[in-house]
Amino acid sequence: MTGTTIDAAPTAASPKPAPRAPSDARRKTSRIGWQIALYTLLVAIALFYIYPFLVQIGTSFKTDAEAASNPIALVPQTWTTAAYERLFLRSDFPVWFQNSTIVTITVTLGRVFFVSLAGYALARLNFRGRGVVYAGVIAVMAVPGVVLLIPRFLVINQLGIYDSYAGMILPLLVDAAGVFIMKNFFESIPVSVEEQARIDGAGTFRIFWSVVLPMARPALITIIILSFQGSWNELSHFIVSTQSPELTTLTKGVASLASGQLSQGSQYPIKLAAALIMTVPVAVMFFIFQRRIMNASEGAVKE
Amino acid sequence: MTATATAPRRARSPRSGIRRGEAAAGWIFTLPVIIILGVFLLIPVLMALWVSVSDWSGRGSPFSSAVGFVGIENYAAVTTGDGLATRDFGTAMRNNAWYVLLVVPLQTALSLFLAVLVNGAVLRGRGLFRTAFYFPSVTATVAIMVLWLFLFNAIGPVNAILAAIGIDGPNWWADPSGILHNALAAVGITDGPAVLTQNDFLGVSWWNWLAGPSVAMSAIILMGIFTTSGTFMLLFLAALQNIGPEIQEAAMVDGANAWQRFWRVTLPQLKPALFTVLTLGLIGCWQVFDQIYTGTQGAPGKTTLTPAYLSYDAGFLDQHWGQGAAIAFILFAIIVLFTIFQRWVLRERPVSRRRARQYQLPTRPATATPATVAADQAPSPPDPAETRGRS
Repeated sequence: MTGTTIDAAPTAASPKPAPRAPSDARRKTSRIGWQIALYTLLVAIALFYIYPFLVQIGTSFKTDAEAASNPIALVPQTWTTAAYERLFLRSDFPVWFQNSTIVTITVTLGRVFFVSLAGYALARLNFRGRGVVYAGVIAVMAVPGVVLLIPRFLVINQLGIYDSYAGMILPLLVDAAGVFIMKNFFESIPVSVEEQARIDGAGTFRIFWSVVLPMARPALITIIILSFQGSWNELSHFIVSTQSPELTTLTKGVASLASGQLSQGSQYPIKLAAALIMTVPVAVMFFIFQRRIMNASEGAVKE
Repeated sequence: MTATATAPRRARSPRSGIRRGEAAAGWIFTLPVIIILGVFLLIPVLMALWVSVSDWSGRGSPFSSAVGFVGIENYAAVTTGDGLATRDFGTAMRNNAWYVLLVVPLQTALSLFLAVLVNGAVLRGRGLFRTAFYFPSVTATVAIMVLWLFLFNAIGPVNAILAAIGIDGPNWWADPSGILHNALAAVGITDGPAVLTQNDFLGVSWWNWLAGPSVAMSAIILMGIFTTSGTFMLLFLAALQNIGPEIQEAAMVDGANAWQRFWRVTLPQLKPALFTVLTLGLIGCWQVFDQIYTGTQGAPGKTTLTPAYLSYDAGFLDQHWGQGAAIAFILFAIIVLFTIFQRWVLRERPVSRRRARQYQLPTRPATATPATVAADQAPSPPDPAETRGRS
């Protein structure tokens, strides 16, 4: 995320053929003026969005005292990796990281599989009740996450999977919006592709697995990104499904750091370093799949 | 939308020949989704509905014979009582109402503004700017809240910058005073008229409803705008790029200036995207939880309490499960109301489209504009930031 804005200096103003009339020349200078104004504005706003993260990186390498005495400076006067050492060597941070990784990978793999299975069935297989199933999936998409806090806890508790990986992972394993994305994508694949395989004697699952699924790569990548990001950033579900320290995820752990439960004083470098490390996997994902992430939130199904 | 209606019905019966076994496969394929959504979404909601009308104390099963039915008692306790439960709920509603009232218009305006800026055809480095504006939207709310706690601490960067330009910044996270009350106090008004201070709603006096968000809540409001404007910018950007240049050019020929072209030509065509952003914003803004849990937990003076956090607090921390569930359902009702509002708005669209057609050239095919189609495809785009409670 460093230096994203630096090379966006106001250098544009594309070269045009020589002006034919004085009025053209004046219009051109005024256009260049507008361009400069536009870029200045954009760079200013971009700095506004990026600066907090730069402060975060800088502060995580400062000492506690310097974080308090010189909060604006991006570059520490005395560099120290004390915050990171403390996090990795003398705290539960590695456990949190490990839990987040386990949960995120399992949830993402599960979602990709289940969601594309269901999406394929709803798009292509004729069966009685399909309309009802689809309507049901759409209906539950509307249930907002926060009203599920107490309800989810009740069921997880009743099922006896409270405070276990099962309780953390199972409820996140499918996602109605993902079914919706996959169904829309499968509908855009021509039927003739499957007919061919069907005539060759392939079963339904085989057609799904070896013919249609490989064609759905763009949609699958969208699902992978959304699931990864969603489960890595998830907080409320882990609050209500676990309590033991060895099942704490990054979000829960960092939140407990923030509210000062594990530390005395402000200790901003440690907190900011923890939040920063937590951001790294999502940021890496973001910069690799940038274009697709942006498309994913534009229309969800536009590939 | 209904699959049965749109799916191509095949002449051959699905139960014979080459497509035999399809029905079974269909059910097997959808079974995992049905089971998981049923067990972890539908059943929980029904169980919580029961808990919200029971006196379950959190011990044992909520279905044991020791648990009694108390009717709407829990709902009454948080809405009409004169006790702490009602006052807390009223305070949480007030805080969140201010959050909605400020975040929704500001995030909409800002994201539209950013989209228009970034959409410029001659713009270089467009991707860089989009990345910069969108990055906060993919970052976990927990991580950003930690950053925000630092930025807005009493001697943090924000106050340091304010000090540099001669402003004495507040002690953000410890200041419960409402910003509207502060503004009134600045002109000498410190007490409201009796009609406002003597009457109350949900246990909070009207004068306090009008206090505005507290200084602490204002910092969270700024964060709400910071983290969501990127997502909505992308929605606007998609709509903008689907607008054909013809009408713009026609308006330009007619001598409309840039502002007129934006206000009279572009904005009306953005209407579907605008409504999507507004309603998604409304829905998201009633779900503020992660920030509060991570950062302030309602403090200072309960001025950052939100219904979502209060529901958690009442159930898990105070063991008032019935009240917690009741608050969750009231919140659900509020969000459903906004969803119905969204449906109603979308249903209205054919009318406005017909009206729009009057202004179109007769040769132009009278179909849906790409913009409306794009918005159509995304009744509820899976917001990557959602999940944060959405956002």
